[in-house]
Amino acid sequence: MGILVIAEHDNQTLKPATRNAVTAATKLGSDITVLVAGEGCQAVADAAAKIAGVTKVLLAEAPELKHSLPENLAPLIAELGGSHEYLLATATSMGKSVMPRVAALLDVQQVSEIMSVEGPDTFTRPIYAGNAIATVQTSDKVKVLTVRGTAFDAAPAEGGSASIEKIASKGDAGLSKFIGQELSKSERPELTSARRVISGGRGMQNGENFKLLEAVADKIGAAIGASRAAVDAGFVPNDYQVGQTGKIVAPDLYIAVGISGAIQHLAGMKDSKVIVAINKDSEAPIFSVADYGLVGDLFKVMPELAEELSK
Amino acid sequence: MRVLVPVKRVIDYNVKVRVKPDGTGVDLANVKMSMNPFDEIAVEEAVRLKEAGKVEEVIAASIGPAQAQETIRTALAIGADRGILVTQEGAEPLAVAKILKALAEKEGVQLVILGKQAIDDDSNQTGQMLAALLGWGQATFASKVELGDGKVTVTREVDGGLETDELKLPAIITTDLRLNEPRYASLPNIMKAKKKQLDTVTAADLGVDAAPRLKTLKVVEPPKRGAGVKVATVQELVDKLKNEAKVI
Repeated sequence: MGILVIAEHDNQTLKPATRNAVTAATKLGSDITVLVAGEGCQAVADAAAKIAGVTKVLLAEAPELKHSLPENLAPLIAELGGSHEYLLATATSMGKSVMPRVAALLDVQQVSEIMSVEGPDTFTRPIYAGNAIATVQTSDKVKVLTVRGTAFDAAPAEGGSASIEKIASKGDAGLSKFIGQELSKSERPELTSARRVISGGRGMQNGENFKLLEAVADKIGAAIGASRAAVDAGFVPNDYQVGQTGKIVAPDLYIAVGISGAIQHLAGMKDSKVIVAINKDSEAPIFSVADYGLVGDLFKVMPELAEELSK
Repeated sequence: MRVLVPVKRVIDYNVKVRVKPDGTGVDLANVKMSMNPFDEIAVEEAVRLKEAGKVEEVIAASIGPAQAQETIRTALAIGADRGILVTQEGAEPLAVAKILKALAEKEGVQLVILGKQAIDDDSNQTGQMLAALLGWGQATFASKVELGDGKVTVTREVDGGLETDELKLPAIITTDLRLNEPRYASLPNIMKAKKKQLDTVTAADLGVDAAPRLKTLKVVEPPKRGAGVKVATVQELVDKLKNEAKVI
């Protein structure tokens, strides 16, 4: 009875988030299979087979699997639940949508966003926006888990030489159709896997002012994020949001600019290695988690910072 | 068309959460409780669909202790037509989904709108599980809902941006933050809500076994992060990041 990890990909490239789930899988056992379901995604399967620690790759290709629609993907994963003790995916928007559907098909109570493996059936997970950490033990025979990506290092992309086996799709459930997507285009690193992140909050005042962050981000190769307040105000798109209900990040360096530090936001970034806060309000809660705090007007500080970094 | 909106009674989002010293959970004694914010968005969306003439009836349901009646009354004050309380404490998402399946079938609903997650256990599971149990399509993290003839088109907030999917009705939708801004219930509507029908049933009445599958062994506070130092200038900051923290 092995472990099945669901690959996250766009049919062309394997997303790094998959390798975080593989590391979580290595804490549970050594028989690790990765499922790549999509269309025209042989290259993704090849990449998955190279991940260190992966012993087998299952490749299911069909038009109805192209967009990871949960209605078509969940029955396939649920069937594999018959031959795997653990079903895992990283808690991305795909993992969050598909895995509970899989769990219900198997009559299993999923454990969401595990942060550590404490035993074969015992895991820790955040509750109350990360204000408490619960240790939970499941009595289900098959364990359906989503993994908090930032809690597990990514497994090395090279080093494995798993075999690839083709399997059949379960067909189109005929319940849903993919119509289209508007993905944010950016030359910058992806927010959840970036080693440096610079985020703006309500203090940025408008979307145009995010250029001040971009200037600094360009100097240090950082991704750009935002607080919920900045997203709600329409300064930047929703996929910038860092926080309990947005993206969870844990880069080496997190710079919070004009962000007061609501609990909701802190829950999404407080595991960063080094936190810098730049805010004109010296009483802002963000300073209580910051390694380095600079009290000042961001409109003066940011251009100075960009200049200092070019030296 | 009839819409079901489940609402959960949770610790108010403004309340600072305290972990009990004995590690058995979070202190809920004398703490303000409110409707889960994502569920409020779900109620608002259902009521707007009714106001647009696309929906005939909005049913609000809650699974919880007797006090969850208050949460249902809040939904009725926003504009839901009637409520159902299922008295069952501590139900996990799978059990909640089973209860909701029974209610959806009994009431003949065509659409269930749920919050994407509850801010207490942060599971983010119930809607997806309900969709699986009913064999319906699901659209999670909705930021825009367009109800058409026999179908619903939903724009969803996904990791890379926005994705639009079309579902055949009946269907399940879970709400994200930017779907709408819930209204404040007016005093006359709060008074009216007190007179609306609210039925009470048990999980057993609905034939659902709500026995938990998970055991919480302990609950602790997350490791605290100490505040660091304040720097006076940008030069000092860059120097510290380069030479002390060594992150740039």
